[in-house]
Amino acid sequence: MTTVAPAMRRRGRLAEGVRRHMITFYAVLALAYLMLPVAIVILFSFNDKNGKFNFVWSGFTLKYWKQAFEVPGLLEAFLRSLRIAVFSSFVATILGTLIALALIRYRYRGRAATNIFIFLPMATPEVVMGSSLLALFLTFKIQTGLTTIVIAHILFIISFVVVTVKARLAGFDRHLEEAAMDLYADEWTTFRKVTLPMIMPGVFAAFLLGFALSFDDFIITNFNSGQVVTFPLYIWGAARVGVPPQVNVFATGLFVIAVGLMGLSIWAQRRRS
Amino acid sequence: MTDGTATRSAAAASAERRRRRVPYLLLLPGGLWLAFFYILPMLQLAGTSLKSGSFAGGYRFSWEFSNYGAGFSDFSAQFLRSIAYAGLATLITFVIAYPLAYFIAFRGGRYKNLLLVLVIMPFLFPFLLRTLAWKIILADDGFVVDTLKAIGLVSHNGRLLATGTAVVAGIAYNFLPFMTLPLYVSLEKIEPAMVEAAHDLYANPRTAFRKVTFPLSMPGVVAGTLLTLIPAAGDYVNAQLLGTPQQSMIGNVIQSRFLLVLDYPVAAALSFTLMLAILAMIIPYIRFTGTEDLVA
Repeated sequence: MTTVAPAMRRRGRLAEGVRRHMITFYAVLALAYLMLPVAIVILFSFNDKNGKFNFVWSGFTLKYWKQAFEVPGLLEAFLRSLRIAVFSSFVATILGTLIALALIRYRYRGRAATNIFIFLPMATPEVVMGSSLLALFLTFKIQTGLTTIVIAHILFIISFVVVTVKARLAGFDRHLEEAAMDLYADEWTTFRKVTLPMIMPGVFAAFLLGFALSFDDFIITNFNSGQVVTFPLYIWGAARVGVPPQVNVFATGLFVIAVGLMGLSIWAQRRRS
Repeated sequence: MTDGTATRSAAAASAERRRRRVPYLLLLPGGLWLAFFYILPMLQLAGTSLKSGSFAGGYRFSWEFSNYGAGFSDFSAQFLRSIAYAGLATLITFVIAYPLAYFIAFRGGRYKNLLLVLVIMPFLFPFLLRTLAWKIILADDGFVVDTLKAIGLVSHNGRLLATGTAVVAGIAYNFLPFMTLPLYVSLEKIEPAMVEAAHDLYANPRTAFRKVTFPLSMPGVVAGTLLTLIPAAGDYVNAQLLGTPQQSMIGNVIQSRFLLVLDYPVAAALSFTLMLAILAMIIPYIRFTGTEDLVA
């Protein structure tokens, strides 16, 4: 009895050790799998391609980085997507934050219905959302174009904003607001001086998420774009005849800027604390 | 004196009434947007699915339920393929994502945030470019196909590109972060003391995992599965870029009927059927978790 127990425990520890390393190995593999296509996208911005298609590695070149802006329509599509994303996410962030405030600060009749109503768009496949909007625009003879793209983007971002702002406020201390009211702050002042600063990081995160979702959306946009070409639509159109490596240059450039900003904000946070 | 109290309580009552109105005012702008551009389009989609006529002559509403029958009999293969591909891809993402999420939650230590950033990093690249990258990775004379040929997993003149395997792999890849993040969130919430308690009660690591860790991670499992399965079922980009018409899914049919064939009624019937199928899947989930967790 007494000899068995340590042996068993040792075997348990051994199994635990193997499991620990196996899971590390597995996690590294999974991350490599996640990174592989990203690495390919970056790598092929430097590919000295042969022929129309940029699918086979045939030597290193900086040519496409130097001629990044020389593909007709690409820069325009890229900038158009940036503008659409900033505007749509800005409007959706306001609408979504108001809904999140109602859900967090108030107990009202219809809360459960609000939750379902917010959840539904997220549970709707993009083809269904895109095609239903197109059905609406067709029925009311609304010409699809920039306006309909923005309408669609605001719609699908709202729910994600609500979720993000709400998650941030889950640990929200109502007593802080009550304390402000006790000190004779009116509701508006309380909101401005107490509530808003507390929810601001969540609101900002929601804006960034909305921006990313809008900038990269293809399926819903494809249904409602009319003649307007966004960055993903440009790639889709180019895929048939060969995507110019400049598209990879733009994607890599955007990635570098995003990572740079992320690094900067972490650095700033570290410095502050 | 009594007058003053009356006025005061009247003022308080009106303030209270105003307070009760506030949540509805907050909901109003976003609610209107959702009503006009989510609910109304869904009704229009249902309406369009019951129209008859032709694109040239115009479509008219006529309770044409046969659009559903026509859509289903013509495209049942694509419907079934969507379910099969989406289900398979969800299973694969789960098998890849669970250990990854587990690793980050329990062994990530001070690198936790860095690892999470790595998980969402692919999102910083356009979805279409990431999918096209799989075309390079799975190319006929590429490294992956050569290796699989060498170990006999792909036949001598076989290929991966333009097959169902490529489409499923592409879908599984694209939605991996959607699976990983909810799993991570629910695993991260588990108190280590709970697992230790299982060990103290002589559970071996496997039993402890099966009886404690896994059940506690169930909310993440359900959320991750839905977040992968729903978009996967409607996806048509992977089938289009990595497959051939032999791999086309219901999303491919809906988009080509709507945008190329201009057969709006059947396209709408297919789209509405997909929505109903998804709802049928979600309603048990809502029953299971309650509405509060939906949006959290």
